[in-house]
Amino acid sequence: MNEFAKEISERSGQPISSCYQCGKCSAGCPAVQWFEWPNHGFIRKIQLGAKEELLKSHALWMCIACETCGTRCPNDIHISSIMDAMRSMAKAEKVASAEPSVMAFHTSFVDSVAKYGRVHEMSMLVNYKLKTRDFFTDVGVGMKLFFKGKIPLKPSRVAGKADIDKVMASSADKR
Amino acid sequence: MDLSFYPGCTAHSTAWEFITSTRAVFDVLGHNLEEIEDWNCCGGASARALDRMVGLGLPARNLFTAQEAGRTLFAPCAGCYNNLRRALKALEEGGEEADALKKTLGREWDKPIDVWSLVEFFQRPEAMEEIRNNVKKPLEGLKVVAYYGCQLVRPPKVTDATNWENPTTLESACEAAGACAIDWSYKVDCCGADMGISHGEHAGTICSNLGVKAAEAGADAIVVSCGLCHANMDMRQGEVKLPVLYITELLGEAFQCEGRDKWWKKHVIDPSGLFK
Amino acid sequence: MEKIGVFVCWCGSNIAGSVNVERVAELARELPDVIHAENYMYMCSDPGQELIKAAIRDKGLNRVVVASCSPRMHEKTFRKAATYEGLNPFLVEIANVREQCSWVHQGDKDAATRKAFNIVKATIAKVRRNASLEEIRVPLTRRAMVVGAGITGLTAALELADAGYETVVVERDDQPGGKLRRLSKTFPYHETADAILLPRIEELKNHENITLYLGSKVTEVTGYVGNFEVKIETSQGEEAEEEIGALVVATGYDLYPVEKMSEYGGGKIANVVDSLTFEEMLKKSMESGEPVKRPSDGKPIESVMFIQCSGSRDPEHHKPYCSRVCCLYTSKQATLISEQNPGARAFVSFMDIRTDCKLTEEYSQQNTEELGIVYIRGRVSKVWDENGDVGIWTADTISDQRIEMKTDLVVLAMAVEPSKGYEEVSQLFRASTDTNGFFQESHIKLRPVESSTMGVYLAGAAQYPKDITDSVSQALATAGKIQSLFANDELTQDPLVCSVDPDLCSACGLCVPTCPYDAREVDRRAQFSRVNEALCQGCGACVAVCPNKSCGVKNDSPTQVLNQIDVLVEDESAA
Repeated sequence: MNEFAKEISERSGQPISSCYQCGKCSAGCPAVQWFEWPNHGFIRKIQLGAKEELLKSHALWMCIACETCGTRCPNDIHISSIMDAMRSMAKAEKVASAEPSVMAFHTSFVDSVAKYGRVHEMSMLVNYKLKTRDFFTDVGVGMKLFFKGKIPLKPSRVAGKADIDKVMASSADKR
Repeated sequence: MDLSFYPGCTAHSTAWEFITSTRAVFDVLGHNLEEIEDWNCCGGASARALDRMVGLGLPARNLFTAQEAGRTLFAPCAGCYNNLRRALKALEEGGEEADALKKTLGREWDKPIDVWSLVEFFQRPEAMEEIRNNVKKPLEGLKVVAYYGCQLVRPPKVTDATNWENPTTLESACEAAGACAIDWSYKVDCCGADMGISHGEHAGTICSNLGVKAAEAGADAIVVSCGLCHANMDMRQGEVKLPVLYITELLGEAFQCEGRDKWWKKHVIDPSGLFK
Repeated sequence: MEKIGVFVCWCGSNIAGSVNVERVAELARELPDVIHAENYMYMCSDPGQELIKAAIRDKGLNRVVVASCSPRMHEKTFRKAATYEGLNPFLVEIANVREQCSWVHQGDKDAATRKAFNIVKATIAKVRRNASLEEIRVPLTRRAMVVGAGITGLTAALELADAGYETVVVERDDQPGGKLRRLSKTFPYHETADAILLPRIEELKNHENITLYLGSKVTEVTGYVGNFEVKIETSQGEEAEEEIGALVVATGYDLYPVEKMSEYGGGKIANVVDSLTFEEMLKKSMESGEPVKRPSDGKPIESVMFIQCSGSRDPEHHKPYCSRVCCLYTSKQATLISEQNPGARAFVSFMDIRTDCKLTEEYSQQNTEELGIVYIRGRVSKVWDENGDVGIWTADTISDQRIEMKTDLVVLAMAVEPSKGYEEVSQLFRASTDTNGFFQESHIKLRPVESSTMGVYLAGAAQYPKDITDSVSQALATAGKIQSLFANDELTQDPLVCSVDPDLCSACGLCVPTCPYDAREVDRRAQFSRVNEALCQGCGACVAVCPNKSCGVKNDSPTQVLNQIDVLVEDESAA
């Protein structure tokens, strides 16, 4: 196994070398049409050591961790765990995300948790909109929710904020 | 029975009607929900997408709190449930990750507890009888499909589900309330999850298709047990526009719980017409 | 008075490379009663054996130690050489100085030489007290039994019966023929299954040497090779007893249940069937002349998806192994459906196409070319019902695309697993199984049809998935093995078994449940525990458990073992 595949195997705990390219993962993936390569191709590229190409890919950020592939995989390879490990790696190595909106969403979400201990949708969504600089997509949907009283203005805070800080600092890659 | 309760962040926002109806239904069924103190966010899909240990640490803090009470921790939201169970499995396995979690939070994992969703709650042998005994208005003529999505069942190593390709517990609960649960082939397909925010059009493609398939199966409504599934299906179903009910809302209607009209008002696709 | 000869082998450089063989022989010559010691490049060669023979002849040796490779390699060779000169073979012992010395101590010649000499010295201590032994002779019943009357079992039975041996056939179904009864045609010549099977069934039913028990099962087996006693529960609920000398386990296979493939709607969707059900659909269509119809509504089938490896090659959820027969019968079924339903389209989901038998590559290739069978390289993820049609999500890893399609029918080429009840058969006949439940052969290369119990042979899919050709070959092999066995007037057995000193034995009976071979029995009248030498394998479990030290393995008595230890410990303390 190449060094990259070895590292991803270790970080994700997934047996990447067991993949025999049956394609069952690709066959059942709800997001595969938005990937550069079907899921099995993604694993193949890891086996071949195509690190840069993969860290820059859309697939890395378009996987929605539905676990359909991992659950049905004959060799118990959970691609979503592999994606998690590789996103951490991309973030640590400061590789620009091919899907800035997904990256922005995840970052806004985690920032909100880091700040309050709980997610506050309003500030998270404002933060997200600022990060993506996209102020118009889905405004209708957001307004609907707001007028339904589903997005409260005030955040709710966790008292044990010290714990949250410790968890945030426990990151393997230091945020 | 007494259960520790994890409402999740959306209890006060997007899934207000889910948590409110859950409390109402448990009240009728005579089960006590004790909200765990000072709970924090489970991390959603985002924490672990960016960092494995943060993704485990956030739910683990809630588990350490819950173990003090020694009761099973009940999390109705599928996403929270799944994250809590991931942390639970890590602590149970007791490897390097468990050690790291214990060290970070300065706690021990010495009074093991379980984590349940509504599926496990309804799988208790007496659960269906409890529902039947409390039905005031059988939902005769209401045809529904149950939609589990991902987080309630997958991966089975996390959820311990035994029938992950064809679960039937939510259907049983609907039937116990007098509704007709129709079998369909899309109950464990994905709704598009967080693409609902970052790529709304993609989630729309997926949810529209699910709406069409539910309508083809002959359903009047789609029954869910996940805030994210609900949000995506309620907002992005396209032309079909089948109402999307939380399972607890359906039971609440059968039990004639107070304040139901407030639940229906939170829906983008108004479900109140189903019960006239 | 012992006259001991020591022969040290170089095994080319295998031993001589790390052991000073000359020195070992020199040291051995100094030992009491050793009257001859020499070394040679290859002791097992003809000139090497001649050295041993000459020394026995010329110097009157009455004990021999050969310091060489493992006894598993050449013990027989050297014992035969000794027999040639009139020396009892059990007075020859091997000192293993290759596997247990030279190979594991390369690079330290002094230490290896010292250890080799110690092994020789310890072996001398043992051989000194060896007794002359004769092989055990047991009588032999020349009747055979075959369990299972599918194509494998009936082939073995007919072969034995034709050779003149009375053969008992026990079949749990109420008719013989097994799975082959359900098949339409066979590959590669499309001969009908009936054409192959029915004449053989008639022969079986009418053969003068065959006793056929249908709707019956074996309930008890006692005895040992050459002398088994078997109880059979017959279809009338009566108990029959048969005495036999050897038997064949040909209990066949079942398909792994379709219900296990829940993502494919197995057992839930009417138009998703297993491959044996599809064989029956083909057979019915051939007999009636009507097209093959789909189960849900009787519509003639216009398209079929065959899903190979359903339940096979899936270590996480199902069976880790390849079921071996599916690739070819799928090609056959895809061909036959287009014969029965002209214009019907066949698709095959596959991972690899395995055609490893005679004519099968040509057969599969020809079907694909001539009929335009579409092979799609990828595993299906999900199958669902779509108003009677079957929806399929699959992928093609060759063109790297995901595919959604609809067909009239899905045929699951389910994994082949051991026939239901194999655990009971395994216990009855003391024939062990592998991790997948298939009967375990003694040696995968050299003893492929022998089970773990002597006299019990294995054939057909009970041992591993096989097509008809391979099953018949194995059936004939077992019949050959049994005829070789029956060619003897009586059976001989290794005499290195346990013995009892009746004076020391208190008949406490502890040895009886301890013995894994049922070879111990307390004789209440004679007041001691006997050894059934035909059953005993010389494992020594009874020796360990006996509180009175009344048991011993022949030529491996406690004294001999202790003497060997003494020799080795002596050197340790000297060092």
